[in-house]
Amino acid sequence: MKDKFERGKWKEFLDWAQNRSLSMLHYCTGCGAIELPPTMTSRYDMSRFGIGPAATPRQADLLLVTGYLSTKTLRRLIYTYEQMQEPKFVVGFGSCTINGGMYWDSYNTIKQLDKYLPVEMYIAGCMPRPEAILDGLLKLKDKIETGEAKGYEEYKENIEFYHKNQEEALGEVQRTQ
Amino acid sequence: MIEMLITAVKFLLITIFSSALGLLFMGIARKIIARIQKRYGPPFYQPYLDVIKLFGKNAITHGFIFDFGSIMALGGVIATLFFIPIGGWYLYSMSGTVILVIYLLAIASLGMAMGTVGSGNPQASLGISRALTQMLGYELPFLVILFGLIYRYQTSSIVGLMEAQAGGFMNWNLFTYPIATIIAFIVLLGMMGKKPFDAMIAPSEIGSGPVVESGGKYLGMMMLQKSITIIIELALYVNLFLGGAENILVFTLKMLIVWILATMIGSLFPRFRIEDGVLFYWKWPLMIAIVQVLFIIF
Repeated sequence: MKDKFERGKWKEFLDWAQNRSLSMLHYCTGCGAIELPPTMTSRYDMSRFGIGPAATPRQADLLLVTGYLSTKTLRRLIYTYEQMQEPKFVVGFGSCTINGGMYWDSYNTIKQLDKYLPVEMYIAGCMPRPEAILDGLLKLKDKIETGEAKGYEEYKENIEFYHKNQEEALGEVQRTQ
Repeated sequence: MIEMLITAVKFLLITIFSSALGLLFMGIARKIIARIQKRYGPPFYQPYLDVIKLFGKNAITHGFIFDFGSIMALGGVIATLFFIPIGGWYLYSMSGTVILVIYLLAIASLGMAMGTVGSGNPQASLGISRALTQMLGYELPFLVILFGLIYRYQTSSIVGLMEAQAGGFMNWNLFTYPIATIIAFIVLLGMMGKKPFDAMIAPSEIGSGPVVESGGKYLGMMMLQKSITIIIELALYVNLFLGGAENILVFTLKMLIVWILATMIGSLFPRFRIEDGVLFYWKWPLMIAIVQVLFIIF
């Protein structure tokens, strides 16, 4: 049986470049957005590691979901994710994306992000400090280099599962692909 | 036949050299901006990694016009390289190359405009309309100065204008016509889209302007186009005002100094609104350029 993470030499080279150059799109929901400016500016400076902001979904590799998602914003998040070009990665911030966090009994937020989108990794905390964010992103970079970050392929393989969950939460969803 | 082959190989070498040098300059600029903001900044080879990554990504097309526009934008700047002397290297030199280069640079912008029409994104067309408006602004003072120089030296080829300044650095236009040099530097800031005049790419307002819909390979192509454009504009400036150079190393050094200066000035200013930027160009640089040209003529 073929190994799940087996790659050719060319893909290995591309992953090496991808690891050193990540454009992130921060989808600013909830309170996580406020932790990103200090991470980007002089104090913590994430551009040392080749991580920089992207202006639009088309140019981005990395989707940061920074906090709770109401059902209304989840729809936009799915459209944004489907506009991004492969390879693409999703990172969930804070406990809200893991199990609902302090919104665990809210009627209009979703509790578990990875039922709707393939999440590469979560950064726990409420909210995570810039140090935790940097640590998380460095671990994501390691995962990309070893070829373990394959969320976008899982999304394509299990497309019925994700579509079913999305439609359960949102009703009708416009499909682009 | 052999001659044509040699020309083709030379041309390929110049294209590869200038895109590599342009990416290096972009990396240096990112490092300088980072240091000015008290950051460590990405490594200087970051743009190379970005381009490799972008060409490795998937890309979505928005139809034939989008593809054609992107290729026209890249092809337009590569065609301009034919006529620009870089150090001692140039392929063609004839009278009128200065004006030809200005025309050819517009082709790249028009190609981008076609691409944005193909993508159908309103922010992209907003960005490119700003870029073309700004071109209207900075070309007027630049052409006034250029015609002054052409009148003074009685030649309109870039090589001719470069050789007219030969023989010691006191013959450079930087020292003989300092006011014209300063105005051309302000024009250069607008040409390269540096900070006071970067309304066309404004990442936070119109989502990076003309490239808003290009992802993956298309964005990589746009990055290469940008890097070659930087080299063309810097080379034009160095040839016209800093006396050019016979040696490629000296030439690169001169370009680097102008680029670092432009980056430093660019990282200090906020941006003009587009109408203010054009008004600025038509008010001060144009007025002073006309005065300078009157001095040259009489």
